[in-house]
Amino acid sequence: MTAQANLSSDKKSPPAILEWMKENLFTPWYNAVITVALAALIFVVLRALFRWALYEAKWEVVLVNLRLFAVGPYPEEAFWRIWVALGLVGALAGLSWGAWGGRNWAPSVVAGVLGAIVLVLPASPNVKWPLIGVLAAFILTHVASMGRSRLQRPLVWGWVLSFFVILVLLKGLGGSQVLADVPTSKWGGLLLTVLLALIAIVASFPLGVLLALGRRSELPVVKLFSILYIETVRGVPLVTVLWASAIILPLFFPKGVRVDNLIRAMVGMTLFSAAYLAENVRGGLQGVPRGQYEAAYALGLNYYQAMRHIILPQALRAVIPAIVGQFIGLFKDTTLVAIVGLLELLGIALSVIAQPEFIGLQREVFIFIAAIYWVFTYAMSYSSRRLEARLGVGTR
Amino acid sequence: MKRFTISLFTLFVALLLITACAQNQATPTTAPTEQTGAVTEQPAPTPVPAQQEQPAAEGSLLEVVKQRGKLICGANANLPGFGYLDQEGNYAGFDIDFCRALAAAIFDDPDAVEFRPLTAKERFTAVQTGEVDVLIRNTTWTLTRDASVGMDFGVVTFYDGQGIMVRKADNITKLEDLQGAAICVTTGTTTELNLADQMRARGIEYTPVVFETADNTFGAYEEGRCDAVTTDKSGLVSRKSLLKDPEAHVILDATLSKEPLGPAVLQGDPIWHDVVMWTVFATIQAEEFGITSENVDDFLNSEDPGIRRFLGLEGELGESLGLTNDFAYRVIKNVGNYGEIYDRNLGPGTPFELPRGLNDLWTRGGLLYSPPFR
Amino acid sequence: MATLPVTEHTRPPFWRDERVLTVIAQIIFLVVVVLVFTYLYNNVQEGLRARGLTGGYGFLQQRAGFDIGESLIPYTSDDSYGRAFVVGILNTLKVSLVGILFATLLGLLSGIARLSPNWLLRTLVSAYIEIIRNTPLLVQLFFWYMAVMLKFPRVRQAVQLPGPVYLSNRGIAIPWLQPQAGFPVWVGFVVAGVVVGLVVAKWRARYEERTGQSGYPIVAALGTWVVFVLVGWLIAPGTPASVTRPELVGLNFQGGTRMTPEFAALFTGLVVYTGAFIAEIVRGGILAVSKGQREAAKALGLNDVQMMRYIILPQALRIIIPPLTSQYLNLTKNSSLAVFIGYPDLFFVAGTVLNQTGKSLEVISLVMASYLTFSLFTSLFMNWYNQKVKLVER
Repeated sequence: MTAQANLSSDKKSPPAILEWMKENLFTPWYNAVITVALAALIFVVLRALFRWALYEAKWEVVLVNLRLFAVGPYPEEAFWRIWVALGLVGALAGLSWGAWGGRNWAPSVVAGVLGAIVLVLPASPNVKWPLIGVLAAFILTHVASMGRSRLQRPLVWGWVLSFFVILVLLKGLGGSQVLADVPTSKWGGLLLTVLLALIAIVASFPLGVLLALGRRSELPVVKLFSILYIETVRGVPLVTVLWASAIILPLFFPKGVRVDNLIRAMVGMTLFSAAYLAENVRGGLQGVPRGQYEAAYALGLNYYQAMRHIILPQALRAVIPAIVGQFIGLFKDTTLVAIVGLLELLGIALSVIAQPEFIGLQREVFIFIAAIYWVFTYAMSYSSRRLEARLGVGTR
Repeated sequence: MKRFTISLFTLFVALLLITACAQNQATPTTAPTEQTGAVTEQPAPTPVPAQQEQPAAEGSLLEVVKQRGKLICGANANLPGFGYLDQEGNYAGFDIDFCRALAAAIFDDPDAVEFRPLTAKERFTAVQTGEVDVLIRNTTWTLTRDASVGMDFGVVTFYDGQGIMVRKADNITKLEDLQGAAICVTTGTTTELNLADQMRARGIEYTPVVFETADNTFGAYEEGRCDAVTTDKSGLVSRKSLLKDPEAHVILDATLSKEPLGPAVLQGDPIWHDVVMWTVFATIQAEEFGITSENVDDFLNSEDPGIRRFLGLEGELGESLGLTNDFAYRVIKNVGNYGEIYDRNLGPGTPFELPRGLNDLWTRGGLLYSPPFR
Repeated sequence: MATLPVTEHTRPPFWRDERVLTVIAQIIFLVVVVLVFTYLYNNVQEGLRARGLTGGYGFLQQRAGFDIGESLIPYTSDDSYGRAFVVGILNTLKVSLVGILFATLLGLLSGIARLSPNWLLRTLVSAYIEIIRNTPLLVQLFFWYMAVMLKFPRVRQAVQLPGPVYLSNRGIAIPWLQPQAGFPVWVGFVVAGVVVGLVVAKWRARYEERTGQSGYPIVAALGTWVVFVLVGWLIAPGTPASVTRPELVGLNFQGGTRMTPEFAALFTGLVVYTGAFIAEIVRGGILAVSKGQREAAKALGLNDVQMMRYIILPQALRIIIPPLTSQYLNLTKNSSLAVFIGYPDLFFVAGTVLNQTGKSLEVISLVMASYLTFSLFTSLFMNWYNQKVKLVER
């Protein structure tokens, strides 16, 4: 039905449109009723919504607090580090697009257009120029690397390395003048949200793979342990895991060892994410045909060699979309760290609506952060679908 | 395929690094883990005379704090007047100033302190787990908390009582008028228990509407979810000034409970406990002497032996605590005496204009009374 | 690979014997796990001792001392911590069960609507699904609570709907039944009506299968039930129940029954969020039913509704149930977000208990055990249902 609709909507001539409307909106008679009723409803709701958004809503609460939403209380004198980190990501993204995307000018053109828009926007120069710098880094590296698929391998390393470089950049080094230490209590906003989700997915990866292998292992003790872990974590809500890691984790360490509450939230999210990742990877492992195992053993490979060289590469490739999906889930779940008092995007939103001059503006604030989450998750799930199509996963 | 192995390995290293980071942040100074680990073996040393010559406070949190170079203070970030973030994102308030006083006593630097905002619910865990060195966050001193929650109290910075705020339009003048009311309250506080007790004793039916944070509690009250909101009276005064129309609300005269607020430290560390207590006493004693941050230098020439001892010009009072002898001077010079702290945050000229009441010197009819510095 | 003469009697040395190796590997693994746990356990015990916290579940019998806003069973601050826990568990079950029911309905309708030939309907439902699925549930809950429920008129300006039903930011007050003397008898009839109704439904369904004629099983069952309810009302001694209407007495509504805004926000949030996910599952299930089935149904002359009801949905159900189960589990687990908007569910009450008693390990273990039990029972029930649906296959 959907396909039909798309097909006919492609014709642009007026009678075709009328025909399309007749076919898709007014046949049979009860569809006509539904259409009219829905149209009326949509009109009323949208009108009220626009009226509110344009005339009644007080968007100053968002504009005044943009900095808080972006980075929380991160010290202003260290902002350049965030920009450098973004520039690094921009450059890597440009290189990757060039290396994998072939000779395609579109990304650079889009980035250029964005840059032009930023240029004319009345943004503060402290934001405008660094942002243009990030976009320039993207365009330059993209143009330079277009079609060079040789770069693919070093780039994987580049990404892995950049993860740590960025962490050090943002955290700083104790005792250093240039990179003064920024206590984690000063991390916040969207910056913290992104970091939390990234760190959790990266750190849970090895644990998740091990648990998946453990669950399929023939050693009963290992298997039982893995199953117990996976099912326990999957059976309880994330808030309880966060709560437990916030309260119990410090008790695990000897007296005097201080565990930062950001670290505790990260550990909680990692342990939680590992159980779900294990199940995803297990799905991938089950998808590898039995013949592959037999072939591997027939070649004389032992268990570890077989897993390393034959099974896991196939399994992991198959579960990339599932892992992206899990990352999207984690990104949304970072909101729960508000329970341990961290100021990620939602935490910032809650403190903003408590500002005395903005009391009663919950709608504006929540709609704004919901839009931010939406843009990120939608972009991720959209590109994951594209990636899935390109990798041809599921069609093999 | 090899690439995959290497990536997997890298990720393991990543995990290790992150864990290592945790440890690093946990103990930024060199090799402290072994040290503290070893120290837990032996109980904290009791101050025997032999040790008074070398009062390094070994095994005490004091030593850890000194090595770290800064104090970590559990604070409130949402209670204007007591603990809040000002426009520039700095912590300020009555409780915050006592954190700074403690930092001044130890490091002669009121800024050598890191604030960790805590909710009512997580505050004791934060002390128990050593996440904060001291909790100065409008915390009521009760027997249960002192005995079985693993806290040590000992000094009161603010004598408070639980009150109830209602809307003027509702014509509520006493607790009995609250029959059938919905009352907003923050969880994890003695407030929640006092409310239940008082209402039960009076046979008043009510519905508690309970929230995690004070922001949510007062937000819901403002929206009309509840007829009344209850917390410490100081908190009500502070919060009232933030409501959209402060004049439309009134705080009832009835006091539901005694709420002595003071700093709490982890139980079983007498040395650290003493440092915290005597820092507070120093601010009270200074007010009694009439020493302020403005005139403290004039007193350095004082002939009064009591004042000379107090400022560390004579005797070794400070060193016997594990601090320097002039710790009281540092506190007064950097932060001020009790009266200055009070006036700066709560007194006339602030939105709260809270009368001193019980929080005045004993010589003026209040309850503030410092044991002698000798 | 080497040219070793392999005979049946050659055994590899024990350090290369796979059976021995597996056992050794497991023992090492076990020892490591046990060691790590012992180390952590000792640290915890030592830590708790140093903090003056002693273990044990004895505190559950102590007086709780705090009040809970809404409860399915009588509870006052004089009751024990244990009973407070039960109140929390019941509140979690309440919102989860009602939530699951309504989320399934919403999901089913949206899933079908998303495949509707009506472009407007299809697009609207897609927009709903894409917006809801891509924003965090917690943000939505805060929105429902603070930006919707609390923005209703204040209690004195409550909106009155016929009934009377009152809408205010203290919740929804509706008329409700007040049990009288004959109530138990009547309840007996209501329950009996459900049982007999189910039997009737089964009988009509068999008839339908046997003869191919419409047996109207649902209509027949509902009719039976209504008859039982009415007859019970007449037979029971006196009036079984009287109706109380909500009215504004003093500060709040008294009488009738009230749904708090906290519950309403949590319920709405969970239903709308989970409904969007269920819609996608339903859509996938329907699309997975082969095109031939659809064409066959059309050829038989079934209309759209009949085709859905008799051909598509029964087949789609088998594909739908496993992912549906995990959505039900998610909804139950997500109900723990109640803590952020003040609905006293299990997690919320446990937090208060932990705060009052300081028994961290005990409280956390109780909470986790409760949620694991919920998950286990949901899975068991859904597996049973899945089996049942499968057996229908001929």
